[in-house]
This record gives sequence, structure tokens and C-alpha cells, in this order.
Amino acid sequence: MAETGTTFAADGAEKQFRDGLNRGEFNIQQCASCKKHVFYPRTLCTNCGSPKLVWKRAAGTGTVYSTSTERYKPEAGGDKNIAVVQLDEGPRMLTRITDIAPADVKIGMRVTAHIGEADGIKLIYFRKA
Amino acid sequence: MVHPLRGQTAVVGVGLTKFGDLPGKTHLELLAEASYAALDDAGLKLTDVDGLFVSSMGRVFHPLQVAEYLGVKPSAIDGTNVGGSAFVNAIQHAAMALHNGVCNVALIAYGSTSRSDRKSGTPRVGGNPNAGVMYQSEYKPMLPVGSYALVANRYMHEYGMTRDQLSSVAVTFRKWAQLNPRAEMRGPLTIEDVSRARMICDPFTLYDCCLVSDAGAALVMTRADRARSLKQKPVYMLGIGSGTSHDQIAQLADFTVTACAMSGPRAFGMAGLKPKDVDVIEVYDAFSINPILFLEDLGFVKKGEGGAFFTEGHAAPGGKLPVNTNGGGMSCVHPGMYGMFVSIEAVEQLRGNTGARQVEGAEVALANGNGGLLSNQSTAIFGTAATLGAEARTTKRASAKKVVKKAAKKAAKKAPKKAVKKAAKKSAKKAAKKVAKKVAKKAPKKAVKKAVKKTAKKAKRR
Ligand SMILES: [Zn+2]
Repeated sequence: MAETGTTFAADGAEKQFRDGLNRGEFNIQQCASCKKHVFYPRTLCTNCGSPKLVWKRAAGTGTVYSTSTERYKPEAGGDKNIAVVQLDEGPRMLTRITDIAPADVKIGMRVTAHIGEADGIKLIYFRKA
Repeated sequence: MVHPLRGQTAVVGVGLTKFGDLPGKTHLELLAEASYAALDDAGLKLTDVDGLFVSSMGRVFHPLQVAEYLGVKPSAIDGTNVGGSAFVNAIQHAAMALHNGVCNVALIAYGSTSRSDRKSGTPRVGGNPNAGVMYQSEYKPMLPVGSYALVANRYMHEYGMTRDQLSSVAVTFRKWAQLNPRAEMRGPLTIEDVSRARMICDPFTLYDCCLVSDAGAALVMTRADRARSLKQKPVYMLGIGSGTSHDQIAQLADFTVTACAMSGPRAFGMAGLKPKDVDVIEVYDAFSINPILFLEDLGFVKKGEGGAFFTEGHAAPGGKLPVNTNGGGMSCVHPGMYGMFVSIEAVEQLRGNTGARQVEGAEVALANGNGGLLSNQSTAIFGTAATLGAEARTTKRASAKKVVKKAAKKAAKKAPKKAVKKAAKKSAKKAAKKVAKKVAKKAPKKAVKKAVKKTAKKAKRR
């Protein structure tokens, strides 16, 4: 049997990421072997399988890859934007674009990240750059 | 080499319950009714069943519950849930178990009270299947529709597909439903009706989304030798392919390409067939963008041209490539997970039993199940007895060979390079090599080699 030994830190990638968010940091992993960025946080690189994923501060900038408007009645809070943003590091993430009318969010629009909160959980949102 | 699973198993029985509002029934009752119907169709009894392949949206021990409910003691049992495609994916598992003698009679079955549960506000057992998915569920997206909408918008952005082209998908399936007395939605439906309906999640209106139904469905498989002694004309499993690309939608690498680009070549590879050999197609149309992506990724339509394919009527009754002949999940039935129904309609078409919607002379049918948020695609290719053995599809293959031979002759006479390329394009890898060899005798060697290489590459990509 091979043992994991000291390959993995005591705290998993998930806790490390959430701890960062709670400090107001948007961190992203980069593979030391293949140099690709990985998001959401993983244990092994999804590109090459390496366990050597190193944390770094995300640029917090990206481009809207796709967007849609979820239609809700006004009494249910009204229409909401939902989007997939491609981070400048490469990976994509689901998010919502804030501070803009849902219909005004366009594919290709440049956006910057900010940390918000929903139900007591810190989340990454974006607004028009 | 022929794949060891090609034609070794067959669908021998199919069963359906009534569709629609069935408030007086439980999901297990619907599953049992459909199972009875499918076994009766095959001329088999419940006591013959020793392989059980089921899937439930949220019930963890569902296979155990079904085995107990039916009184079946299976030697092969499986409850793999990859979403609505689970029942097409199960054909791969059932075929392997049958072929290897782990079981002899495989029952694939499903029952659902989705519509009644929604009406009565009964919460789904096991909750929302998309709950607890970190980096997706925390944002509380409108799922599953929102993920398909994001895909549709990206596709429309890249390929310029119009809203009306998207609408032609629902309109096409409604036309088929009008020929199917069992279909739930049979009223007229126009492009304008679809495009101008209430918006759910841009670009999808109400009619871009599938139905929510109560229904049960079941399918029985045996090994091919036994199938020939049973009640119905066997429908042979020629090829099955499974492809998985992601779970949460943001992780899909390219929003314009689904896992059909993996499952399709796997299924066609096993079947030893090409898209041009398929006579009728049944795909899981959870949302209107699905059939467009699936037809493209399975190799039937060029990328970006799926919308026009529907608008031009090619998939509709009378079209060159009939798609969703039962009316699909959008107009026929959709009980939470639709995977069972693509296979059952494919089987019915190959039996020649479908009345007004029958595709004349159908010998090869393709069924594609979609699971999760476009996450799993499972593709099954079925064929009639005529598609088995060395003589399989002699007519079509012979004609294809003829075309190649003709092109080769011409090539030898005139400009070798150009004609060889053309011939190679038209034919399969093997045939192209043959032609190239023949031409090589008369034509400059270098040019031929180049053409062959290109064809081989193309074949691989497919
Ligand atoms: Zn790596």
C-alpha cells in the first residue's frame, strides 16, 4: 500500500478556499506540474492528475461566457441574472452578475469579482468591469 | 473486427402505462403495470426475470424496493443513476450481464408520479437531485432549465441560430405527436406560439420545455438466441455507448458540444455503422436545444446547422431523417426521467408497429438518452434481423461501394488527386483504402497516400 503521507495538507482544498473567502480573498489553485489553473478547488489536478496544486490569489477578472435571465414573478423577487464567467486564469464558474439589469448582461462582457453573501455563505459574484 | 456485444442481445418486450394525470397510482404500481405489459409482450413471466435494472431520481435503495415489490430475486441488479439517460445506459449493463451469463432475462423499468406530486405539492423523496452541489447550488440557480438555457444562449451566440429556428424543434415534435394517439399534447402548435409564449428562462419559453407526466415504462432484454424463440420479432442491440462530460453545468468544457461526441462514436463503433445507416432517431428532448446539439454531435448534422435542419422540416413527418416520432418529451410524455421512452419508440419503429407515424422500411434506429445537466449521454443503436451477420445491410453498403468504385474509375481516368479525395470522403476508411490502392496503380503514389491519410484521420475523429 502507498500512503498519502505528507502529500496532502491537514485541511482540504475546500476548507482552505472557504477560509480564504472569509478573509476576503478569492484564491485559485494552479498545478505545479502542468501549470493549468483549476477551479472549483480540487485535491488532484483535473488536467494531469498531479496532487501539487498551489494556491494563488485570483486576478478576479473575467469574461461572461454565457448568461440567462431567470424569470420570476415580482412577488418572488423578480427576474434574476445567472451567468457562467470565464476567469482570466482559464477555468469557468457559475455566478450571478450584480448591479445591472439581467437583460443588460451580454456574452463577452468584461467583469470583475466581488465577494457577497447568501444564507450566511460567502460567494463570489461579478459586476460589469 | 466485430464487437463481441454487437447483435448478441435483443429487446424482446416493451410496455407502457397510460400517460398524463394518474393520481390514483404510486410510482411502484406504474412500474409494475409497465413491467407486466412488457413481459406479456415478450411472452415471458415475472418469474423469468433474473436481471433488474432500475433508477430513481432520489430513492437511494430503489433497486431493492423494486425487487421486493415485484417479488423478483435478481442475480444481476443495478440502480446506476446518471439522470434521465440511466435507462439507455442500463442497456449497456444489461447487455454485458446477459452476454456473460450473469442473468438471462433483464427487466429495465421505471414508474413516476411527477405530475401528481407536483400538483399535490408532495416533496420529492431524496429532495432536489441538484442540491448540495458546491459552487452551483449555493447560487440557487433555476435548475435544470437554467443550465440548458445557458447552453442555448452560448450556442445561439456562436452560431447565430434564431429564436424561430429554436421554436421549430417543438413544432416538429408536435407534428409527430399528432400522429400518435398516445401522445399527451396533440393540438396545433406554430412557431409563433412557441416564440411568443411565456418566458421561463431566456431563451426558453414554456414550449421549449418538456412535459411533466405520470407514467410507467418497461423493456425486457434476452440473449439473441432466446429472443428468436419468443413472441415478438426481436429488435437487436447493435451498439451502445455511454459518455460523461461533467456534473455541474459550468464544468462543461464547450457549451456547444455534448457528450454525444463520445457516446455516438462508441455506439456506432460497436454497431459497425455510420450515421447515414440510421433510419429513425429518438432523442431525449428535455429542452429544445437538446435535439439540435445531439443531432450535430452524433454526426447527423454539421455543427451549427441543427436549427436550420429542423426549420427545413427534415426531422418532421415526411422528412429525410425522422426524429422523435412519438412526439418526444415535449409533446408525448415526460415523467421526470424520459430515457425509457427513446428506446421503446425505437423498438416499436423497428417492429413496424407504429401506424400513422411509422417510418417505412426502418431497419436501424438510434435512441439517445440525456442525463443530468447534459452530463451523461447514452446512445443505443438497434437493428432488425436484416442488420445482423455478414450480409448486414447489403443493399445500402453495396450501393455505397458502387459509388466509391465509380469515383475510383473516374479518378484513374482524369485527375487522380481530386477524385480520390472525393471518393475517400464518401466512403468508410476501409473502402477508401481499397479505392486508393486501385488508383495507386495508375496515379502518382504521393497524392494517393496523402488522400488516404486524410480519410483515416477523418474516420478517427468520427
Ligand atoms: Zn496538472
